[in-house]
Amino acid sequence: MRSGRILLAALAAGVLTLAGCGDDGGDPAGSGPGGLTVPKIDELAALGAGEGVVNVVSWAGYVEDGSTDKSVDWVTGFEKETGCQVNNKIAGTSDEMVALMKTGEYDVVSASGDASLRLIYGGDVAPVNTDLLSNYQDVFEGLKNKAWNSVDGVPYGAPHGRGANLLMYRTDTVTPAPTSWSAVFDPASPHKGKITAYDSPIYIADAALYLMKTKPELNIENPYALDDTQFQAAVDLLKQQNELIGEYWSDYTKEVQAFKAGNSVLGTTWQVITNLTKADGAPVEAILPAEGATGWSDTWMVSAKAQHPHCAYLWMNHIISPKANAGVAEWFGEAPANRLSCAETKDPNHCATFHAEDEAYFAQVWYWTTPLARCVDGRTDVTCKDYAAWTQAWTTIKG
Amino acid sequence: MTLSAPARWALRAVMALGLTFIYVPLLLVLINSFNGDRTFAWPPHDLTTRWWSAAWANEGAREALLTSIRAGLGATAIALVLGTMIAFAVQRFAFFGRDTISLLVLLPIALPGIVTGIALDSAWRSVMGDLGIGKGMFSIIVGHATFCVVTVYNNVLARLRRTGTNLEEASADLGASGFQTFRYVTFPLIRSALLAGGLLAFALSFDEIIVTTFTAGPGVTTLPIWIFNNLFRPNQAPVVNVVAAVLIVLSVIPVWLAQRIAGPQAGAGRT
Amino acid sequence: MASLGSYLHRHPRLRLAGLLSAPLLWLVVAYLGALAVLLVSAFWTVNGFTGEVVRQFSLGNFRTLLAEEVYRNVALRSVGVAAAVTVICVVVAVPMAFFMAKVAPAGSRHWLVIAILTPLWASYLVKAYAWRILLANDGPMDTLFGGPGYGLPATVLVLAYLWLPYMILPVYAGLERLPDSLLEASADLGARAGRTFRSVVLPTLVPSVLAGSIFTFSLSLGDYITVQIVGGKTQLIGNLVYANIGAANNLPFAAAIACVPVLIMVIYLLAVRRSGALEEL
Repeated sequence: MRSGRILLAALAAGVLTLAGCGDDGGDPAGSGPGGLTVPKIDELAALGAGEGVVNVVSWAGYVEDGSTDKSVDWVTGFEKETGCQVNNKIAGTSDEMVALMKTGEYDVVSASGDASLRLIYGGDVAPVNTDLLSNYQDVFEGLKNKAWNSVDGVPYGAPHGRGANLLMYRTDTVTPAPTSWSAVFDPASPHKGKITAYDSPIYIADAALYLMKTKPELNIENPYALDDTQFQAAVDLLKQQNELIGEYWSDYTKEVQAFKAGNSVLGTTWQVITNLTKADGAPVEAILPAEGATGWSDTWMVSAKAQHPHCAYLWMNHIISPKANAGVAEWFGEAPANRLSCAETKDPNHCATFHAEDEAYFAQVWYWTTPLARCVDGRTDVTCKDYAAWTQAWTTIKG
Repeated sequence: MTLSAPARWALRAVMALGLTFIYVPLLLVLINSFNGDRTFAWPPHDLTTRWWSAAWANEGAREALLTSIRAGLGATAIALVLGTMIAFAVQRFAFFGRDTISLLVLLPIALPGIVTGIALDSAWRSVMGDLGIGKGMFSIIVGHATFCVVTVYNNVLARLRRTGTNLEEASADLGASGFQTFRYVTFPLIRSALLAGGLLAFALSFDEIIVTTFTAGPGVTTLPIWIFNNLFRPNQAPVVNVVAAVLIVLSVIPVWLAQRIAGPQAGAGRT
Repeated sequence: MASLGSYLHRHPRLRLAGLLSAPLLWLVVAYLGALAVLLVSAFWTVNGFTGEVVRQFSLGNFRTLLAEEVYRNVALRSVGVAAAVTVICVVVAVPMAFFMAKVAPAGSRHWLVIAILTPLWASYLVKAYAWRILLANDGPMDTLFGGPGYGLPATVLVLAYLWLPYMILPVYAGLERLPDSLLEASADLGARAGRTFRSVVLPTLVPSVLAGSIFTFSLSLGDYITVQIVGGKTQLIGNLVYANIGAANNLPFAAAIACVPVLIMVIYLLAVRRSGALEEL
C-alpha cells in the first residue's frame, strides 16, 4: 500500500477530473467544484442481517486474513462473527479502484483522497449513514467531514487512517538539525548529491507548500490548486532542487536502505520509514518542518449499487473498530482513525509515534488531493494545472 | 581451431570471471535470505532463519507461485501450438509475405514490454471489456503467449531446416497416413526442439513483470507481481529473498530434466 | 483421417491456410491490431476537465514531444543506454560462448549452459535489488572499486547483467553449429588463429550477435524498473510512458511517447533483417 500510495494520490487526479464529467456537459450547475452536481443517492436507513458476503476493493495490506503473516489477521474474526465472507480484490491504482467500483460488483472500497471525489461525483458511492456505524463516534474529529470524504456536510465514508510526509535527516552528518524545508531546496546545500525526494508528480505540492510560506507574493492558497504562475514557480524550484538530488525514492525499502548506507542523508519520508531506519540502527530523525507538510488520508466508502449493503456496513464498522483499526495502522505504519485504537496497538507508543491524537500536528498537513483544471481552492477566474500537466512537468524536472 | 595455450587460459579466465559476475549477486540473494536486517544492511550483522520460516508460512507466496506456473503452462502450450504451425508453414511452403512472418513473430518480444503491455491493455479494455470478459488469468496467458511464440518458432524452424523432408517422404512412400507420419516421424524429430523452445517460453513467462503489470486483472497475482508488491515493504522484503533463493535452486530441476530428456540441445535452445 | 490427409496432401494451399490462419489471426488481429489502436490513440487528447479521452485528430501530443527538449534528451539517453548494454553484453558474451562451444570439454558443455540459464529463473526484481545492495555506499562494489554508486553507469551495468544470458545463448548456439572440422581445415591450410577467426568464426558470429542484440537492445530500451532501483535520479523512456499512463491516466500522451521506442526498434529490426541475422535467431 505504501509504495502504491504516492502514485495513488497522484492518480486521484484522474479521479477528480472524472468528477467533473458526470454527463458530458448536460449537468446543471450544482454544489461541486466548478458547478458539478452530486447524484442523489439514498443512504442506508437501517441495519439488517448480513447477506453472507461482502466484496471489497482495497489497497494491498488493508485487508489481511493471515495469508501474509499468521499474526496479521483482522478478517477471519469478522467473518466468523458476522457470517459475511470477505472477498477482497487488491487494486494497484486509484484509477483501477474507480474502474472496479463502476462495475457495480463491489460493495466497499478504501479510496484515497484522489479517488474519493471522483467516486462521489460519478455516483458510484452512496452517502454513509454514520448512525449505523457504532465506531464512527470514536473517529478523530480532524478526519470527519473533510473535503475529500464529504460534500456539503454529508459524509460519504468512514475515515481509515492518515499520515504526513516528513523531513528525515541523518543526525551524524546533517548539523545543525534542519527545521525548515529550506534544507532540501538550498542551492548551496553542503549535502548536494545526498538529498532525496519523493518520486511522483504529487511532490510538486511540497514545493508549492514551501513557496506558499516563503513567497507570499505568489498568493498560493492551496498547494494542489496552482495557476500558471504559481505552477511555474514550483517547477522552477524543483528544477533547481534536481541539482541537489542523489536519487528520488518511491518505495520504502529503497529509502530505508539509502539512509542506512548513507546514499541519502536528507529528504522527505514517512514516519514508518523513519521508525524502520532507526530500528535498524541508523542515526536518523524526522521532523514536521515549520512550513507544515503534505500528507494522505484514506476513506472506506460504500457502493451506490452495493448488493450486500448490510455486510458492507458491518465491514466498515469493523475496519474502523479499535482493534482492527489498530491492526491496520501498525501493519502499515500510519496514524489510526479511531481514537480508541491507541489502547489496542501492540506497541503502546504507536499513537504517540505517529501523532495520532495530535490535532495541532495534523492541522499543518495538506492531504493529497488530485489537482484539477477546476481549481480545488475554489477560484473560478483562473484555470489550474491538472494532474496530467503535473506529470509532464515532473518529467521535465527530472530531465 | 588450434589455440595457443595462453589463449586457452585467457578464455578460461574470462569464463570464470563471467560466471563470477553472474553468480555473485545470486550468492548475495542467498546470504541476504539469512540476513537479520530487514533491509539487507551490508555486511549482515546477524544471521537468522526466521525469514525462511516466514516464507514457508506465507500463503500469498505459494498462491502466487501456483498462479505463475499456471500462467506459464498456459502460455507455453499456446506458444508450442502456434510456434510450430508457423515454423512448418515457413519451412515447408513458399508464399507471399513469408519473409515478413519472421519479423512479425519477433515483434512482440522486440518491442519494449511496456509498449506491448499498454497496447494489449487498452485493446482488451475496449474489445473484451465490452464482451464482459474482464482481465484475469486469461488475459495474462494471452499476453505471455504473444511474446513466447517466437522461442518455439525459432527452435522448431532451425530443427526443420536441419532435418529436411527426406524421412517424411519416405514415410509417405511406405504408405503412412499424414497423421502417422507426424506421430512417428516428424514429432520425434522436433521433440527436443519443442522442449527447448517450450522451456524458454516458460522461463520468459515465469519471470515477466512489465507486460503482466498491464494485462493482469486486479485479483490475479503472479509471482513477479507478488515480489514487486512485497519487495517494497520492509517487513516482507527478506521473505522475497527466500523465495528468490528457492526459485534459483528449484530452477535447476526443469533445466536438468530437459537436458536428460532431450540431450544437451534442449537447454541451449536459441532465444 | 487418411482420406483427409491425402486430400490435404494434394492441396498444399489448404494445408498452408490451415497452418497459418490461427497464428496469423493471433499475431495480426490481436497483436498488431492492439498496437495499431494504441498508435492511433496517440493522436487523441485528454480533456483536462473531464479526464475523458477526446477522440479527435490532433498532433498536439507529438508537438509537445518534439518541442520539449527533455523528451529528446531522454530518448537519446535511452538509446545510449541500450547501445552500451548491448556492447558490454557482446564483449562479455563472445569469449564466454566461444569457450563453452569450442574450448570446454564436450562433457561439461551442457553444465555450462545450465549455469548460464539458471539465473534467468531468479526473479529480475530480486537480482536488480541485489545490485542495489552491491552498489550502495560502503557496499561491496564501493569498497572494492570505489564506485560507481547509483546513476547512469550503474543502470547500464545492471541491465547488462540482467540480459547477458540472452546474448550468450544465441552466440553459443551459432558457434556450436560451426563444425570443428571447419576450424581444423582452416588450420591445416596454414591459417593462424587470427585468420581463422576472421574468415571462419566471424561470419557465423555476426548474425548470432545481431540476433542476441535484438534482445539486449529492446529489453534495455523498454525497461523502467531497474533504473528506478539503481539509476539515482536518471529517467529513461519507459519511465515517461509509465508515468503518463499509470499516474496521470493520459493514455494518448503515453502512446505518443511509446511511438519513439517502437520506431527505433522497427528501424533496428529492418536493418538487422537486411543482414540476414533474423534467420539465425
